Amino acid sequence: MKIYKYGDNVDTDVIIPARYLNAPDEKSLASHCMEDIDADFASSVQPGDIVVGGSNFGCGSSREHAPLSIKACGVKCVIAKSFARIFYRNAINIGFPIMECPEAVDGISPGDQVTVDFATGVIENQTTGATFQAAPFPAFVNGIIENGGLLHSLKARGIAK
Amino acid sequence: MGMTMTQKILARAAGLSQVQAGQLMEGKLDLVLGNDITTPVAIKEFEKAGLSTVFDKEKIAIVLDHSTPCKDIKSAQLCAICRDFAHKHQITHFYDVGQMGIEHALIPEKGLAAPGEVIIGADSHTCTYGALGAFSTGVGSTDMAAGMATGLAWFKVPQAIRVKLTGQLSPYVSGKDVVLHLIGLIGVDGALYQSLEFCGDGVSALEMDDRFTICNMAIEAGAKNGIFPVDEKTIAYLNGRVERAWTAFEADGDAVYARTVEIDLSTLRPTVALPHLPSNTKPVDEVAGKPIQQVVIGSCTNGRLIDLREAAAILRGKKVADGVRCIVIPATQQIYLQAMEEGLIADFIQAGAAVSTPTCGPCLGGHMGVLSDNEWAIATTNRNFVGRMGPTSSMIILASPAVAAASAITGVVTDPATI
Repeated sequence: MKIYKYGDNVDTDVIIPARYLNAPDEKSLASHCMEDIDADFASSVQPGDIVVGGSNFGCGSSREHAPLSIKACGVKCVIAKSFARIFYRNAINIGFPIMECPEAVDGISPGDQVTVDFATGVIENQTTGATFQAAPFPAFVNGIIENGGLLHSLKARGIAK
Repeated sequence: MGMTMTQKILARAAGLSQVQAGQLMEGKLDLVLGNDITTPVAIKEFEKAGLSTVFDKEKIAIVLDHSTPCKDIKSAQLCAICRDFAHKHQITHFYDVGQMGIEHALIPEKGLAAPGEVIIGADSHTCTYGALGAFSTGVGSTDMAAGMATGLAWFKVPQAIRVKLTGQLSPYVSGKDVVLHLIGLIGVDGALYQSLEFCGDGVSALEMDDRFTICNMAIEAGAKNGIFPVDEKTIAYLNGRVERAWTAFEADGDAVYARTVEIDLSTLRPTVALPHLPSNTKPVDEVAGKPIQQVVIGSCTNGRLIDLREAAAILRGKKVADGVRCIVIPATQQIYLQAMEEGLIADFIQAGAAVSTPTCGPCLGGHMGVLSDNEWAIATTNRNFVGRMGPTSSMIILASPAVAAASAITGVVTDPATI
């Protein structure tokens, strides 16, 4: 696995530029993911890689295309110091794991080998031996993720028909 | 414990007498909104999940505003998906070319937002309707799909930053300058997960269009929503637009705030935000003289009548500078018509500006004014991120309509008071 590390305020316009928002499917979105901040990302990212960002990751537009494109690249999760709130709920709603952990962001460098445990929120940097604890999701949010996203969880609860 | 305006609205939507910051809740929605970029994704999720009916065809609004009139085949196909869905589910508030306007100008104009209501929209600038004392916030397409199916959304009850406004704005200073100044003060994540609740004697002097602009850019400070108290100007705006009953909520005297930010409106100067963050603000004087190649006056932030009046007053009888393209986009058909009746459109055209039918267009680099390499634009839009209006080498300065219009005449960033 590989770490892709970026700074603060990674906005949704650089995650997936508006000129690609009319892409027909998630795979074509993925082929332009991060294009305006890291032109090599989409061609080099492999399933299981991890994106690390600073504070306010995913700020800007409400486009769900942003977490969808990262997810469609096969990225395992995004670890950031904080997330912009719409990106945060979009990721949860589509069942894409995100972890908020400022210490882990500071303690992970590109090239490190990192493992994550979504159940416990533990992030381990195997290169340095450091472990970090991400804030756990509330039970309500876990219910959404475990059901595979918001719509499935609403169906499971019998609310959406 | 006392509650903020936002907390009171959310408590009622959840059927609870009390909520507190940090609490997760599910609330009933009064309106679910989407546009031609986000609605197709919502429809796909809606159908993929096997959902068959919408909760209330009267409480869903679909506005085809981003890439319309359609700029290419893919955009046309996305609009067709929206059109088919709206027809199939008999969505009352479906706005296509000819009726549509930029959603956040159109929704209040059509009376689809009222005080105390809870509104979600699959567009980050849905926070605009807080100007009317509503709780409104941007969400994603899956939230839109869930909202259309159930009439419900989940929320984490936000804390609030209280923004106390005093004094009155000087000439050539507008709501845009207020909100840019505020974002410059607190940063692009200064209100992350929080509400921005505006109060103070300065509120009464702000026109409704200024309040829409201020709430519109609450998201640019990371806020969940921005909200103004309801006063006589709000009620005057609602008259003739909203006939259903609505409720104005006031913050409790003992409401708890994360902090208070005070702004004396009389001290504000025309303010611009330099690339590449809306928080990168400076008084216009410090940037004056910077050459620009394009001016955009419009968007959900600043395409309202007051904005066009301000810009036209500056451009009237003058000419757009050689080498500058000035694009003016009235935000709705009604605004366009009114601007025409007032002679503003003639002012723009005689000055050498191009006037467009309503569209989000250049704001997100979609169409109707995309930049080329290394070009600089001054725009009344809301984001100046890398690559927002063109290639990654293009640059956007955010400004008020007055500053944008003045800069169109000179070809450089200009303080409107010097024209």
